[in-house]
Amino acid sequence: MELSQRIEIPLGAKQVWRSLNDPVILKQCLPGCELFEAISDTEFNVTIMAKVGPVKARFKGEVKLLDVNPPNSYTLSGMGKGGVAGFVKGSATVRLEEKGSSVTLMTYSVKANVGGKLAQLGARLVAGATRKLANEFFTNFVRLICNDPDGKLEINLETVEEA
Amino acid sequence: MVQQSIGERVLRKEDLRFITGKGSYTDDINLPGQAYACFVRSPVAHAIIKGMDISTATAADGVIAVLTGEQVAEDGLGSLPCGWMVHSKDGSEMKQPFHPVMAADKINYVGEPVAIVVAETFLAAKNASELVEIDYEEIDAVVDISSAQSAADIYPEVPGNTVYNWELGEKADTEKAIREAAHVTRISLTNNRLIPNAIEPRAAIADYNTGTQDLTLYTTSQNPGLARLILTAFVQIAPEHKLRIIAPDVGGGFGSKIFVYSEETALAWASKKLGIPIKWTAERSESFVADAHGRDHVTEVELAMDEEGHFLGLHVKTIANMGAYLSTFSAAVPTYLYGTLLAGQYKTPNIYVEVDAVVTNTAPVDAYRGAGRPEAAYLLERIVEVAAREMNLDPVEIRRRNFIAPSDFPYQTPVALEYDSGDYEASLNKALEMADYDGFSERKKEAASRGKKRGIGFSCYIEACGLAPSQLAGSLGAGVGLWESGEVRVNATGTVTVLTGSQSTGQGHETTFAQLVASKFGISIDDVEVIHGDTGKLDFGMGTYGSRSLVVGGSALSKAADKVIAKGKKIAAHMLDSDVEDIDFEDGEFRVRKSNQSKTFQEIAFAAYVPHDYPLEELEPGLSEKAFYDPANFTYPAGTHICEVEIDPDTGVVDIIKFTAVDDFGIIINPMIVEGQVHGGIAQGIGQALLEQCIYDETGQLLTGSYMDYCMPRADDLPSFEVGMTCTPCTHNPIGAKGCGEAGAIGSPPAVINAITDALGIMEMDMPATSERVWRAMQQAGGA
Repeated sequence: MELSQRIEIPLGAKQVWRSLNDPVILKQCLPGCELFEAISDTEFNVTIMAKVGPVKARFKGEVKLLDVNPPNSYTLSGMGKGGVAGFVKGSATVRLEEKGSSVTLMTYSVKANVGGKLAQLGARLVAGATRKLANEFFTNFVRLICNDPDGKLEINLETVEEA
Repeated sequence: MVQQSIGERVLRKEDLRFITGKGSYTDDINLPGQAYACFVRSPVAHAIIKGMDISTATAADGVIAVLTGEQVAEDGLGSLPCGWMVHSKDGSEMKQPFHPVMAADKINYVGEPVAIVVAETFLAAKNASELVEIDYEEIDAVVDISSAQSAADIYPEVPGNTVYNWELGEKADTEKAIREAAHVTRISLTNNRLIPNAIEPRAAIADYNTGTQDLTLYTTSQNPGLARLILTAFVQIAPEHKLRIIAPDVGGGFGSKIFVYSEETALAWASKKLGIPIKWTAERSESFVADAHGRDHVTEVELAMDEEGHFLGLHVKTIANMGAYLSTFSAAVPTYLYGTLLAGQYKTPNIYVEVDAVVTNTAPVDAYRGAGRPEAAYLLERIVEVAAREMNLDPVEIRRRNFIAPSDFPYQTPVALEYDSGDYEASLNKALEMADYDGFSERKKEAASRGKKRGIGFSCYIEACGLAPSQLAGSLGAGVGLWESGEVRVNATGTVTVLTGSQSTGQGHETTFAQLVASKFGISIDDVEVIHGDTGKLDFGMGTYGSRSLVVGGSALSKAADKVIAKGKKIAAHMLDSDVEDIDFEDGEFRVRKSNQSKTFQEIAFAAYVPHDYPLEELEPGLSEKAFYDPANFTYPAGTHICEVEIDPDTGVVDIIKFTAVDDFGIIINPMIVEGQVHGGIAQGIGQALLEQCIYDETGQLLTGSYMDYCMPRADDLPSFEVGMTCTPCTHNPIGAKGCGEAGAIGSPPAVINAITDALGIMEMDMPATSERVWRAMQQAGGA
């Protein structure tokens, strides 16, 4: 599953970049996230409670930041093990492009693969679950960093590519 | 007295308990103090096990022990063996990877067991199984069979991932026939991978008695005798005389319960190690990943013909997927049960087949209802149909022109088999009449007026079953003999207890065998009890597969019954003061030919056990006889299946309007049971043709791991089948029967696909012909 989307954020690229590197913000935005703890500048221990179709499980794993190019881009990559439920492997590459002093175009591509029971029972549901998770995460992220707790901002995630 | 003889539609004796919930399956059995097992299975297809931590799981509530693949290795358990040795073209032995009972250091398919958690309750075992921490270092998986031979080796001992390159037939003559032929038809085919899905999942209870040191394994087996031999001689779980295997009622097998698997073996080992009985029942999800799958071939075929459509040569190249390990029977399936069937019902003079068997990071593939023969019938009946269209011949006519004639038997094929009997025209003619072939063009027109595309497809299949002559099988690489044992115990009151080494998984042995023996003795079927499935009660036996139960097991019982009659005649001669030669046995009475004096079967039985007036100086008391029967040849059931479909051009949905099957199974003991076998086989064949497909993704993850994604045929997918019979008796067994268990699954898939391609006016269509595939084919042909 691959999904690529973009959105314009009414903030400067440096501010968006700082938030993208803040484990406290990331934890708040990620649905079902129970732990997002920095081990180093580029490594985090993460626990997420997730449900894909009939399989609900707590996935534990390590997330790494790769190809870090501040304040322009990085890739978040990780694998979470869910016990007998199987595993999830995923990555998100995020690119920031400053369109003006306070407008940043954020483009992200998300990839996800599943294995074990999750694949056996829910493979056909993974695309939907990934899209939902990405939508929720990036919507939460934009609202949080734009200080929009009441959801007044119109969030328009534009899909560039989906496969 | 209800005397029910051969050929009568006797209701099944076993059904009273099955339909009233009184059957006793393995999971119904509970032993005092039993523990429960849950297997930890790999979620990845190909990986090195870098480390395993069982400490948290071992300490969890209710857990008795966590045993790992590493401990299996330390205890020196052998490889789960493949029972057949197949040799490559160059004479070298097949390359066989070591198949551990549980993986110790490397994973080779998703679902492979790595540890067994034994706990006081199933829930405790299952919960603790989540606590076993395993560190896998993944390796790229080999999944696609067409490219497996050029992928990185899964095992150093299997170079090129190739188990063998096997061949049969005359290569040069066949190639010459193809070079010089007036016309050559060529097709490529995929025989789709299937998951067996027996209604009862596999289950076992292993019970090691520390006092007697006996090990008893209750298990869902088609062949408890064979399982005992393998666990004893190869895996070395226990000495043969200390291991008892009991297969109680078994709910379907279709081949998948022939094999000796990791789980049952690990359970036996664990029970012995821990000194307690342990139970395991597979969850349905486990059956998907851990039962041996079926089929999975890709094939290129060429058929050479003269101007009139007479077959001159058939050239077949197949790659067969074995999965990650060679399961018990697997090596024989795409070779001796496949290549040898490629003559079909036809007099093709030159046939050459080569088969490359490959290993992949998928579940093992082994025999599944038909085992090799459906793959052979599919390719042959598909190419014959395509050839007829290319030659502008009626598909019936091209078959008639090439049939082996009734006068040609015994018929030696170019691919090793000698057919003993058959009449292929007779089955074809009867099927044409039942299917009203003459009226088809009218029905097609009428369907077109409703906007539907109607098609008709044929399949004139043959199979070889009744496995098998032991010496022939041995010369081909079988590790065991393939006879069957039978015992007929006449009780003192004249009732009969029949013991057979064959094993029912629902076929109706308790009725068919009782009917056979009752008719031999002229007694009521109600006076005959059939016992099977317990090595503690029975002689060594080979079990049920390859449509062999009646043909081989029934023949053993027939021979044992003949011995009983021969002894009964001696007893009667003494009691009636006559010569043995003057005693006839008929309708349950021993009668002196020249007088009216007679003794009933029951009187003779009583005399044998109360030998007051008895020739004790010449004859032992008692009336119980055994026989082992080793068949002289395979049997060759054959027939014609005709499928008529209507396709909705808007949706691609295929509706099977009519399905006609006319089969020659030789002599039939119980037509009702035989028809039931045919119905079930056709349903499975239609499942393969229209619905079923096992899919792994490119990383070796099973994507069809539940009934949400793996589509089984249901009653509303099927028409009411039209079933007819013809009969040429088998010439070499005492019953004249040929075997009927697999024919439906062998004959039906090509008939369905031939009907669909006929309806659409196209040549190619892969199974399963789902509505999506059919719709796309119509768009491509521009014919919606």
